[in-house]
Amino acid sequence: MYFSDAHEELRLHIRRFLEKEVRPHLAEWEQTLFPDSIFKRFGEMGLLGLRYDPEYGGQGGDYFSAIVLEEEMARAGCGGLGMAIAVQTEMATPPLNKFGTPEQKRKWLAPAISGDSIAAIAMTEPDAGSDLANIQTIARKDGNEWVINGRKIFITNGARASWTLLVTKGDRERGHKGYNLILVEKTSPGFSVTRTLEKLGMHSSDTAELLFEDCRVPLDNLIGEEGEGFKQLMWELQGERLIAACGAVAGAQKTFEYAMDYAKERRAFGKPIAEHQVIKHKLVDMATKVNMIRAFVYECATRWDQGDYPVREISQAKLMATQIAVEVADDAIQILGGHGYMREFPVEKAWRDARLARIGAGTDEIMKEIIAKTYGL
Amino acid sequence: MTPSAIIKLRFIAFTEKARLKIVVTVKQIPDPNATLKLTSDNRLARDGEVVLDPGDEYGVEAALRIKEAADEAEVVLVSMGPAKAADAIRKGLSMGADRAIHISDDGLAGADALTTAQVLTAAIKGESPDLVVCGCESTDGSTGMVPPMIAELLGFPQLTFAKQVEVSGSKVTIQRQTDVGYDVVEADTPALITVTAGVGEPRYASLKGIMAARSKEVKKVGLGDLGVTRGKPAEEVLEVVEAEKRQAGEVIEDDGNAVEKIVALLAKVKAV
Repeated sequence: MYFSDAHEELRLHIRRFLEKEVRPHLAEWEQTLFPDSIFKRFGEMGLLGLRYDPEYGGQGGDYFSAIVLEEEMARAGCGGLGMAIAVQTEMATPPLNKFGTPEQKRKWLAPAISGDSIAAIAMTEPDAGSDLANIQTIARKDGNEWVINGRKIFITNGARASWTLLVTKGDRERGHKGYNLILVEKTSPGFSVTRTLEKLGMHSSDTAELLFEDCRVPLDNLIGEEGEGFKQLMWELQGERLIAACGAVAGAQKTFEYAMDYAKERRAFGKPIAEHQVIKHKLVDMATKVNMIRAFVYECATRWDQGDYPVREISQAKLMATQIAVEVADDAIQILGGHGYMREFPVEKAWRDARLARIGAGTDEIMKEIIAKTYGL
Repeated sequence: MTPSAIIKLRFIAFTEKARLKIVVTVKQIPDPNATLKLTSDNRLARDGEVVLDPGDEYGVEAALRIKEAADEAEVVLVSMGPAKAADAIRKGLSMGADRAIHISDDGLAGADALTTAQVLTAAIKGESPDLVVCGCESTDGSTGMVPPMIAELLGFPQLTFAKQVEVSGSKVTIQRQTDVGYDVVEADTPALITVTAGVGEPRYASLKGIMAARSKEVKKVGLGDLGVTRGKPAEEVLEVVEAEKRQAGEVIEDDGNAVEKIVALLAKVKAV
């Protein structure tokens, strides 16, 4: 219904690629971070520009081709790598693609599609996360340059990114005014990575804190309309939330399948635990939740693919899908018992990785605030 | 033939020579990762999951690499199989082959190696290729007889077990894999080669390749189109017997004399 046979063929190629070239390294990358070179490999495969214009090296596909990649990454248990790739393809580059000039796209989008450069997007600050209207990273004009001062935190790909799409504010405007999306290259004077952060899950990806001290970039690095950054960001966040929902569903599906297989094998009190009603019903609840939310996520994705902007539904999909992913992972740990808590079984990692999505791209609580507003509450 | 016709033919031959034409034989087989079943007449059941023969993926990869190294080349897939084989063909096209010929005819069910070779040869002849690339053997039937038969029927020299292929002018040079290393073998084109996994990892298709494959030509032909009538099978499968179970090995527990016991055992089987 949502996927054509071309999508399914793409899925098989991606699956085989991940099986052969990614999965064998995942355990190691949890310890060491994945290498930068993986972006180049994904670029060669055309996976960093599945739905971008062939003029910039994209594959010209639709949103469901991006979902295929997201689902297969989740299925292969890519965790932090999956997130890093999604940051590149579904978070940092979409505003450049939608609001950038052809020249900007040639300069920054094309190398991000080919995997020659790595991209990040930076919104959150030490003192402003959910309260995006209160950020303190200030960009002011000085001659033909922007001068940026501020700090960003929890930035995926931040330490290795060739460029970061930075959310900044003017020094005089209040509220949602004066926001600008400015592309800052790694080599820009005044830019530095102050530290990389250790986290609960997503261990293979790097998460950084960035510092901008009188950081100077050309005026031409403004992406989109001057002063329209907040609106552009709200658009970007829809895509970010939707892809997070897709990944959450696919991850939950995989975790459910693992728990089910385990429950069929593991015996207690003389029979496989899947034959004990309490476990059987738990598995049924897991599968039912995953199937129902998947249908809703696909419906949102279809509308998004058609250029629609269903804020309420996307927020609902993100809220529910990521909660379900955490619940399913938690149930899976319970079904596996002591094994579930151990590093050598995949469900504790599934839980740690899934837990982030209830915070990143907008917390559960912010989703509810947004949804409330759409109902006039 | 009139003189003018001869001149015309020569002219065509000359202009076409600049463009290297490579035919790759591909086969769709039951998924080797699934459990294989036999039908009552000792044929492989082909109703389950099917895939492009992994051995043929190397053939396609080899052909595409030759194409990339050439000034101008065309890669044509030729496959004999039921309607379902279209999926295997499409995979080869997604990888980058230019077009395909799909030979499908109810009269070909259960064809033996010779019939297969005769039918494939008829289709290949129509293409007048410079090079025919085959896998060494199919992963399902594993007779390994079809490529040499095609070479014989075409009157082409055959270079087998190539782990590397190079085409230069009208010469094809391969590295023929051996137990101890490789032999360098060359022949004039047109020629037939069989390739091993050594030619390089088959590429993954990009979405662009997958989409492009959907508008590439797949010519469907039957026995009548090829002018082939199926003869009597040259071989017949009489019986399929399960391989004998391997004998359980001898486990030597180390009670302090394990080394002596192992040495004695090795001496017994004349390994030392």
